[in-house]
Amino acid sequence: MVFSNAQKRQLRLLAVVFVLALGALYQFGFSSQSSNKTTFGFQLGKEWVIIHQWVIQSTTGSRIFAGLAIVATILGIFLVRANKSPVVGTGFAAFALVMSFLCWAANGKFIPMTGLLQGSLMLAVPLIFGSMSGLLCERSGVINIAIEGQLLAGAFASGVVASLTHKTTFGLIVAPLAGATISLLLATFAIKFSVDQVILGFVLNVLVIGLTDFLYKKLLIPYQQTWNTGPSFSRIEIPFIGKLPIIGPIFFNQTIIVYLMYLIVGIIVFALFKTKWGLRTRAIGEHPTAADSVGIDVNKLRFRNVLIAGLVSGLGGAYFTVGSVGSFGKEMTAGAGFIALAALIFGKWSPMGAVTAALLFGFADNLSGTLTIIGVSIPSEFMLMVPYIATIIAVSGLVGRVRAPAADGVPYSRGSH
Amino acid sequence: MSLELKGITKSFGALVANDGIDLSVNRGEIHAILGENGAGKSTLMNIVYGLLQPDSGEIRVDGKVVTIHEPSDALAVGIGMVHQHFMLIPVFTVLENIVLGHESTSKIGKLKLSEAREKLLALAADFGFEIDPDAYIENLPVGVQQRVEILKALIYDAKVLILDEPTAVLTPQETDELIEVMKRLRSQGTSIIFISHKLREVKAVSDRITVIRRGKVVASADPSSSQEELASLMVGRPVNLMPDKKRPNPGAPILEVKDLVVLDPSGRPLVSDVSFTVHAGEVLAIAGVQGNGQSELAEAVVNLQAHIRGSIELGGVQLIGKSVHDSLHEGIAYVPESRELDGLIGSFSIAENLILDTHREAPYAKGITLSPKAVATRAEVQVKEFDIRAQSIQDPVTSLSGGNKQKVVLARELSRPVKLLVASQPTRGLDVGSIEFVHERILAERDAGRAVLLFSTELDEVTALADRIAVMYAGKILAIVDATVSREELGLLMAGVKK
Repeated sequence: MVFSNAQKRQLRLLAVVFVLALGALYQFGFSSQSSNKTTFGFQLGKEWVIIHQWVIQSTTGSRIFAGLAIVATILGIFLVRANKSPVVGTGFAAFALVMSFLCWAANGKFIPMTGLLQGSLMLAVPLIFGSMSGLLCERSGVINIAIEGQLLAGAFASGVVASLTHKTTFGLIVAPLAGATISLLLATFAIKFSVDQVILGFVLNVLVIGLTDFLYKKLLIPYQQTWNTGPSFSRIEIPFIGKLPIIGPIFFNQTIIVYLMYLIVGIIVFALFKTKWGLRTRAIGEHPTAADSVGIDVNKLRFRNVLIAGLVSGLGGAYFTVGSVGSFGKEMTAGAGFIALAALIFGKWSPMGAVTAALLFGFADNLSGTLTIIGVSIPSEFMLMVPYIATIIAVSGLVGRVRAPAADGVPYSRGSH
Repeated sequence: MSLELKGITKSFGALVANDGIDLSVNRGEIHAILGENGAGKSTLMNIVYGLLQPDSGEIRVDGKVVTIHEPSDALAVGIGMVHQHFMLIPVFTVLENIVLGHESTSKIGKLKLSEAREKLLALAADFGFEIDPDAYIENLPVGVQQRVEILKALIYDAKVLILDEPTAVLTPQETDELIEVMKRLRSQGTSIIFISHKLREVKAVSDRITVIRRGKVVASADPSSSQEELASLMVGRPVNLMPDKKRPNPGAPILEVKDLVVLDPSGRPLVSDVSFTVHAGEVLAIAGVQGNGQSELAEAVVNLQAHIRGSIELGGVQLIGKSVHDSLHEGIAYVPESRELDGLIGSFSIAENLILDTHREAPYAKGITLSPKAVATRAEVQVKEFDIRAQSIQDPVTSLSGGNKQKVVLARELSRPVKLLVASQPTRGLDVGSIEFVHERILAERDAGRAVLLFSTELDEVTALADRIAVMYAGKILAIVDATVSREELGLLMAGVKK
């Protein structure tokens, strides 16, 4: 049997998961004996309920799920041998591994599953906005390291404006503009003056962090009543589907910003692969000279896409303030822009890949919080490393070839190729 | 459609790239533009295609003056261009590349590809091309990619087709097929501007030839002129196309390569199980179409490749495992494929570039410092010996022409005690005068009893210099043949066909 390189990679990944599953079976199922019962809760609010909660003996649960993970990897191997995609097998194995881990980690405590997943989505929202911004830039050939700065600028502007006007809507309107302002700087220097884009993005981040810190200290703290007590959006439950068990409260009982995010992701997925704009955007990110030779104005389209990207991540910034707590806090984005960048790379520069990666990172982040709250003695710092470890694994090629757009970060000018 | 250029002038700073060029192309004519690298051919075509703006002069299509500011303007008046470096996006399909820039969409902005697909298939069928519209460009052979480029121009009704050095990347067989396609296009009324410096092809296919030298039209020639006549017009003085070659006098084996494997970082073989021997006083040419593992093989011989297995012995000494420095000092002169990237340090002076290999040895180094005097003295000697035309030995090497840069590389590499000369594409991009110099120098090394391993994609060069020819295809040496082999057989081998 001869395997292609892609299949070899899939088998290598399955082998890693298989070893992990064996390790889980030993560590979670046999090395520590416990007769405690772990409870998984599936009800959050007033949604319709199929199962209220599920109780299982901790060690038994770990063993069952580790066993299922092993079965799923074997299924995956058979799928590869049958020339099919093993994603069902790997996906289920990963899920079973996480469940095995939860049964062991919770060890007799209560795990609110719906709440855990809802919280994961909420932590993933800024990551998704950020990675969509990065995607729009990098697919057109401009590296965007300034996502962090754009998010922070959006958060600051929307918080302050909503506070001054007492209107969340104004905060929502001004946030994308703040993000686009950072993009304007990025686009001008990167495209017009061919400045190194990594350095430029880094400098923009430092600029925004410094500026917001300064204004926070000189304006927002002393005059908190007028400048930093903004209102925030309340949740809107979508009729009917908001009542669906488990997925209702997770996806359809959210603020307007989250619904806007669904819309933006949908538009980007459609536009990037199905429209004229998308074809041209991908073209200028891969081979700008070729695009120019068929009459596409490369730098104009790049400029426009970088501005749109700023609008997207600026809007994502609003989620930190008017989307949740209302008021602005110093450096409140806390590296979300960089994790968004990691999600973009982990997702291989594809929109759905980036969204999936952002959700995974959100889950890892929220899991560490939840485990700390229910009193599990795993250092939360360890869980916070997960996104970065996952990205390193992704870039090292274990999950498939990661290839950036060919002209990513390369300024274009005619005749310089 | 006819195309007329009148008094096209374009300068870049002090350099006049095009100086009052007049040119006319009739309907259904193949008009060759012949000139050396840097003669101004590409500048002229970029002006016609709208990538550059002329300082003065006008372009007429069917007698009417047109202004071409952008490639889209050129396409609109019926001028299409197939660039030397293909303007195709490797990760797009054939169809996506065809529609790019000419997309039609539905009301909600969704791309409509069905019309373009039908048009493409019909056009391809007209020419007897087999094209899969959904194949990704990166998976297609170069010859097929070029057909996609041609179809891309024709599908938008190009009546004048500019082919910029179209045969540079093709095998001899693919070149023959291209010539057939050009003739078919001509019979259908398409005019073709054929840019080349390859005399044989120009003679084979063109109706008229215009020769450009230093930005000026110097002659109109007839395709029946001899190659020597055309070359002389191109260079402006009599040229000897075939260097005088003495009878070979091969001696003991110098370089013995056995079962050499070169892998890329992901473990795929770039060179597989290659074995050959080069004797003293012999030129072994490694021929083949670009990208068949020659570059990696050349680098492996001086240990510039990371993942190699097998055996490379130079005069009985095993080179594998040695550093690049030690390999070179065992007696190898190495002329890399890209002199700008690998052969020279552009911002360093000529004198500094000449001691890149020996800077740590006396008399150039004195303890931990360099001796500028010794460096300069040596540079002066070598500049004379190799006829390097420069204002001063302290000028940065980037200020030199391609030919003089290559002379700097040769001067440096040949001034060590050398048993073997490894020359990779030594005349790529050089003018005819420099090519003559390099060829003579390579034969002189051979006649002085050194072994020469020559890598070249140019058949003419291979047959002019080699005593034996090894043909590489897909990382393997397909056959090692005598230099008297016919062009047809060489061509077949380069295409991977072994009898």
